[in-house]
Amino acid sequence: MRRRAPVGLWVAGVAVAALALVPAVYLCVRAAEADAGAWGLLLRDRTWGLLGRTLGLAAAVTACAAVLSLPLAWLTARTDLPGRHLWTVLLCVPLAVPTFVSGYVLLAAFGVGGALEEPLTRWGLPVPHVYGFPGALLALTVSTYPYFFLALRAGLQSQDPAWLEGARSLGLTPVRAFFRITVPLLRPAFASGALLVGLYVLSDFGAVALVQYDAFSRAIYVQYEGAYDRSYAALLGLALVSVTVGVLALELWLRGRAGYHRSAKGAARASAPVRLGRWRVPALLLCGAVVAVGVGLPVGVLVYWGVRGLEVESGPLLGPAWSSVSASMLGAVAAVVGALPLAFLAVRYPSRLTVVLERVSYAGYALPPIVLALSLVFLGVQAVPFLYGTLAMLVLAYVVRFLPQAVGVVRASLLQLNPHLPEAAASLGQPPSGVLRRVTAPLLRPGLLAGAALVFLTAMKELPATLLLAPIGFETLATRVWAATAEGRFAEAAAPALVLMAVSTLGVGLLVSQEGRSSPG
Amino acid sequence: MVRLLLTSLVLALSSPALAAETVTIYSGRNEKLVGPLLKKFTAKTGIEVKVRYGETPQLAATLMEEGEKTPADVFFAQDAGALGALAKAGRLQKLPQETLAKVDARFRSPQDVWVGTSGRARTVAYNTKKVKPDALPKSILGFTDAKWKGRLGWAPTNASFQAFVTTLRLLQGDEAATEWLQGIQANAPRVYKNNSAIIEALARGEIDAGFVNHYYLFSAKKNKADLPVANHFVAAGDPGALVNVAGVAILTGSKNVDAAKKLAAYLLDAEAQAYFARETYEFPLVSGVKTAEGLPALDKVGSPDLDLSKLDDLRGTVKLLQDTGVL
Repeated sequence: MRRRAPVGLWVAGVAVAALALVPAVYLCVRAAEADAGAWGLLLRDRTWGLLGRTLGLAAAVTACAAVLSLPLAWLTARTDLPGRHLWTVLLCVPLAVPTFVSGYVLLAAFGVGGALEEPLTRWGLPVPHVYGFPGALLALTVSTYPYFFLALRAGLQSQDPAWLEGARSLGLTPVRAFFRITVPLLRPAFASGALLVGLYVLSDFGAVALVQYDAFSRAIYVQYEGAYDRSYAALLGLALVSVTVGVLALELWLRGRAGYHRSAKGAARASAPVRLGRWRVPALLLCGAVVAVGVGLPVGVLVYWGVRGLEVESGPLLGPAWSSVSASMLGAVAAVVGALPLAFLAVRYPSRLTVVLERVSYAGYALPPIVLALSLVFLGVQAVPFLYGTLAMLVLAYVVRFLPQAVGVVRASLLQLNPHLPEAAASLGQPPSGVLRRVTAPLLRPGLLAGAALVFLTAMKELPATLLLAPIGFETLATRVWAATAEGRFAEAAAPALVLMAVSTLGVGLLVSQEGRSSPG
Repeated sequence: MVRLLLTSLVLALSSPALAAETVTIYSGRNEKLVGPLLKKFTAKTGIEVKVRYGETPQLAATLMEEGEKTPADVFFAQDAGALGALAKAGRLQKLPQETLAKVDARFRSPQDVWVGTSGRARTVAYNTKKVKPDALPKSILGFTDAKWKGRLGWAPTNASFQAFVTTLRLLQGDEAATEWLQGIQANAPRVYKNNSAIIEALARGEIDAGFVNHYYLFSAKKNKADLPVANHFVAAGDPGALVNVAGVAILTGSKNVDAAKKLAAYLLDAEAQAYFARETYEFPLVSGVKTAEGLPALDKVGSPDLDLSKLDDLRGTVKLLQDTGVL
């Protein structure tokens, strides 16, 4: 079925990909100004060491997050786990926890003189070492596993139950069927989750700085923190972009060319939930434990700060909350809309060019957020001065920064959609818009919602771009939290941070509740 | 919902009509601190103030990208290095002499393009339960002694620490700086993200002494008055006695130069200077304004003689920090 893609789709795809390339272009412009000294700094042994450490961490976090997310996704998507909608929402919340809170929790609990040191030593247990690699692994796994969780869940929901039923009828035990059918079919979801987690770890500065792990992003950050040396920072940034290209190529190679949708006649039914029976209690315990660490601890710390500082004036929060929600929602919708042409081109019209276009959306994802923000300043001032300083610029920044989150999830669900369904609708006389609205969109719904949820959650706590690109005086919950903690006023940070987490949870809850409506089938 | 979102987008896109005289500030100093002061400025002069708050280095990088097209009139920076970098890039314009003249030449730009508004001294904070004051060296160089092994904390990625290392390089040369860094490295210091984290670690008893700026202790004590931590000032003239400044500059791209000049002058007004001393425990830079209680006078601290603009020369410092394995 090799057909030519419509011109409109090409135009949209190329436009979005061009936008995604802005950070890389910006880095090239700045790197071109680099002198021999900057190149000398880059090509030292130390750079390679840093790169190795960073890649090692990224691989480890990705593996841990995958192992943790698979059971959680399966339990909430495929079983009769009590309260699974609530669990789904709660399990996403760690994405909304501002980094300073999660980092503080880690050190306050496990650090030297932390809350757990005394009880553990009294029981003769070793105190876990949170500095360096183990700390970074723990902190980043807890804060990034929801990427995997959401991708796997969307994958599981769009998976055609006929596969599994076929395997069972051929005599596979449920467990073997799970590992031989369900898991391999999730390969696209694993791939999109792994890309998001792995590349995020490359870009992370907050967690590695806190637990004192020397990573590549930290080297870049140091340049922007005080060196005002844009050319050397750009060289480091480009090095990170090259690593990203390598990771993307590797993922492409691993991904293979298998098909993931049903090819037989007939429509997929909604799958009947698996009965957990006596496994219900351990399942609840697992979900509860993850939520306790990822959500309970940070909320506890915030409440503790808030109660201690009750007399502290933190100002009205309604305005900032509305700003956060409107900017993040616009960002989420725009990112999903931008992701659609890229995912469609890559999945429906696979060619070297369309795959490259889709991959391009990841180009800037491994870059520290400050680099992305500056590249958008560059774009705004040089190319679209009439947008510079408006909310539109911030939304654009969210799209560039979070596009891969939407592309990955949308692509994974598109892969599971049988192309014959929209084709059949077209042959039955539906115009293209009708096909999209009545067949493709409803079938893609879980993927679109998961993509929007991801972008919304991460945009809510985004900082550098929000500070530098929002209209002057545009206050969000995240900038409020930042303003308070930058001066160490934790009590004042508690209220906006709690509201931020509550609003994020509400937003995800809204999206998850949409899932059930008009499910495909 | 969608309609509401669109409405807010349209509203944000259509910029409000210009009313009275306005001035736009990029402030690397915190809103909690600067906000009330700017309100007083507006009340006094009728000039409307618009502020973009952010981290000083990130705002400096933004201003460099924006160039002449910047919407900003004034840059209010947390440290002199950022101002020096912008001055070198030709982004700052000359300030009026009467404003400059209020501040000691050590704490303003030699090219007259920025002026310090308050001083921030490097100190050694220590845990008072574990260290006797007379056991502390008179020079920062003394902390390379092996008796400090496993007891120190520092924040090598922090801009104010790097400014200190640059000072050490400029005053005593790269070799001396390397030696000091290696000496401290040999004492296996704990690494922290910033000054506040060092103060917290001192309070927890994780370390005995740490290299910080003087005012972090005061803000920590606001939350918890009985913190067992105190500041130790090294001898006057020592590289460790560096006093860096927060300062203000007017951008060449400014379209409201008159209002910007009035704002710069206001920040050096006795009222504003007293406000800094009271609220941030920083050193006021205009003579006649009192330093906060519990602090020595600014000339007693004895910042070494150095052009603070040069603190933007960080490439050499970062390379040194990397070569010694500190970063």
